[in-house]
Amino acid sequence: MEKKNITIYVKVWRQEDANTKGRFQTYTVEDVNPDMSFLEMLDVLNENLIKNDDIPIEFDNDCREGICGMCGVVINGTAHGPKSGTTTCEVRMRQFKDGQTILVEPWRARPFPVIKDLVVDRTAFDRIMSKGGYISVRTGGVPEARSILVPKENADQAMDMAACIGCGACVAACPNASAALFVGAKVSHLGLLPQGRPEAKRRVDRMVVQMDEEGFGACSNHGECEAVCPKEISITAIARMRREFLKAAVG
Amino acid sequence: MKLDSKVPSGPLAEKWDKHRFDMKVVNPKNKRKFTIIVVGTGLAGASAAASLGELGYKVKNFCIQDSPRRAHSIAAQGGINAAKNYQNDGDSIWRLFYDTIKGGDYRAREANVYRLAQVSNNIIDQAVAQGVPFAREYGGLFANRSFGGALVSRTFYARGQTGQQLLLGAYSALMRQVDEGRVDLYPRREMVDLVLIDGKARGIITRNLVTGEYESHVGDAVVLGTGGYGTAYYLSTLAVNSNASAVWRAHKKGALFGNPCYVQIHPTCIPRSGDYQSKLTLMSESLRNDGRVWVPKKAGDKRHPNDIPEEERDYYLERKYPTFGNMVPRDVASRNAKAVCDEGRGVGETGLAVYLDFRDAIKDFGRKTIEERYGNLFDMYKEITDEDAYEVPMRIYPAVHYTMGGLWVDYNLMSTIPGLHVIGEANFSDHGANRLGASALMQGLSDGYFVLPYTIGNYLGGTELPKVSEDHEAFKEASNEAKARYDKLLSIKGNKTVKEFHKELGEILWNKVGMARNEKGLKEALEMIPKLREEFWQNVKVAGRPDSLNKNLEFAGRVADYMELAELMAKDALHRTESCGGHFREESQTEEGEALRDDENFSYVAAWEFKKLGEWELHKEPLVFENVTPTQRSYK
Repeated sequence: MEKKNITIYVKVWRQEDANTKGRFQTYTVEDVNPDMSFLEMLDVLNENLIKNDDIPIEFDNDCREGICGMCGVVINGTAHGPKSGTTTCEVRMRQFKDGQTILVEPWRARPFPVIKDLVVDRTAFDRIMSKGGYISVRTGGVPEARSILVPKENADQAMDMAACIGCGACVAACPNASAALFVGAKVSHLGLLPQGRPEAKRRVDRMVVQMDEEGFGACSNHGECEAVCPKEISITAIARMRREFLKAAVG
Repeated sequence: MKLDSKVPSGPLAEKWDKHRFDMKVVNPKNKRKFTIIVVGTGLAGASAAASLGELGYKVKNFCIQDSPRRAHSIAAQGGINAAKNYQNDGDSIWRLFYDTIKGGDYRAREANVYRLAQVSNNIIDQAVAQGVPFAREYGGLFANRSFGGALVSRTFYARGQTGQQLLLGAYSALMRQVDEGRVDLYPRREMVDLVLIDGKARGIITRNLVTGEYESHVGDAVVLGTGGYGTAYYLSTLAVNSNASAVWRAHKKGALFGNPCYVQIHPTCIPRSGDYQSKLTLMSESLRNDGRVWVPKKAGDKRHPNDIPEEERDYYLERKYPTFGNMVPRDVASRNAKAVCDEGRGVGETGLAVYLDFRDAIKDFGRKTIEERYGNLFDMYKEITDEDAYEVPMRIYPAVHYTMGGLWVDYNLMSTIPGLHVIGEANFSDHGANRLGASALMQGLSDGYFVLPYTIGNYLGGTELPKVSEDHEAFKEASNEAKARYDKLLSIKGNKTVKEFHKELGEILWNKVGMARNEKGLKEALEMIPKLREEFWQNVKVAGRPDSLNKNLEFAGRVADYMELAELMAKDALHRTESCGGHFREESQTEEGEALRDDENFSYVAAWEFKKLGEWELHKEPLVFENVTPTQRSYK
């Protein structure tokens, strides 16, 4: 099972801070083990940069197993890279060819300003969540768990929607920089559960208003968001959000 | 210093209720006058910050990530325990309490563990009300499963994302308080020191990770929910940013450190494929339900596993433990894997792996059944290793996963520094010397939702807390010290990177303070660690600038702290000459090679007081068992 190590050229976005203009710079990484993850390859590159008194490339990451939502870059034009249903940290170098140049960019969207290199500010998502991404209950003041029956279908569908990790790939992939999939997923998750119904109208209203205020664009049904979502959240979430929004407006 | 656990008197089952009644309650009108600093936004930190905000306190909540939702609690897959007995299989608060204290090898406080079992049920109620989508059956009620060798089905789960979903529940409650103006969020901030005024915790210094500025935050109490210290080992299953710096700063300011040598090593991780790797991936231990663990009988046997005939395979767990076989607890499975690899019988390119073979399970139950049970894990394995575990055996190896030790706290979750409270994995309190599966989530949320919000009121209501401001000398001093530390790291401009130092430290810990420890190795570690630390401060090379986002600098600060903490871990491991839970001393084993406790001499919590670098004083909190009788574990 001897595997041949490969050489990779990384053309990566370097930007000092939000107010400085960025540029692409190309680096060579030799002796890349195909079993390496993409981020481990960047680690190796950064170690080389540090040793050569250069400045390492900043990129967000944490759990490195596809669940925390912290990592996220555009690889060769696709948010989270070539393979569907995965995050950036799950991308493996065996997906690239020996001698290939890989283009690496940050999420590009007005509501996600670049902090440095590949790191962007996604606090807009937190502000949207603060407007209604919850069920208003107090600690302790809740009914016994079994008193709320949830049909299995609803629980399963709610789980599908709750799987969103808030990485922002949907926004990065959308030509309008819309956050509709992100908001739709949360509105759907909570709206599908009986516990979430009482404040469904208020929730969708406030979250959508905040989404617009943050400068996210409108959804025009391109479906790019669904294609890059590492948790494969369906755009039915957006349809459900629209229905809820309409219901809130007329009811 | 006399350690007072503050465990209330009275029968075990009534202690918590009685204590809640006896504690002081802060007048609702006065609550808004108190500011509470909560560091960390994992299950413990987020649930505490949200609950304190609801109660009316002013809360400042800090995290190192870009959003509170990223905390490493999200990575827990398996589930959360509760004593609901929904499956009618004989579970009870008492049974959960008993399993937990026994699982911890009788090195935890009875009263804390009983309270944990009591509030476990409230946690499930809370999470369900928040909309956590636990698995359901067709009747709309809960699906539960048995986990980690428990004899009852008490584990609640949300697909493979239980930690993520519970954290999103706590995060949602937190964001509601942010909207209400009760909680101020400070993301991308790292706590770099704790500030004491008149001996009480009155604030923290943070480094703004985007601008590099040092910021002072005043509070009436400080809560640390900053997780464990497993990353000291370099290779672990923890997130790459998980670190011990907040607890270490507090320790150096006077908070005692409890049982630093208690570390859990998980047996079913994907082995590392190369030197470049710093993070290992855990696979659910449920795999051991059907997989058979083996290595070749002959050392150095490099044949393809499928070419090794049955009679030349050693199913060592089944051979040594006929009753439990492949299902022995985590520590036993891990230790045995290390032993066979040490004999030169390890497999794979590095020789640091054992096989977990599903061939027989596929033969017995059919591939479809195995796909249904473990399909996602087999997919993940393939993704990482490029190997098909339906065709060739998986390779697994143990990795550091959780630390039971942490800052010492009393029954009120307060450290030895008045006002400094410590919750979740960051404290030492509930798991003794070994943590059971699906119990970490339970403890984090128990502390944050149901214990701390009451006990902190008792402190605030009964303590003189004169008004202080950021201009106080103590803040300036701590801030200058922190800045000097980071400036120094940048100024060394040596020849070895932070990562190289970290890796070297990790190797010392793994080899000498890892799965099996002995006097000789620990003494060697205690010589090597201070030397490495000295070299670090003379020869480390840190890149970049102090006044901008600089992850290499953040990392350097954390590794600098591991260099000190590692010494204490080795010191604690050396002093505890018994074996218990995750701490296995080769000198203390039964004839069959099992961990042998020494209750007569070691039935206590080892709480270490920092004197100066490399020097600590040991304090002991005796553990008294009035309700259970410590027994020797046996899995034969």
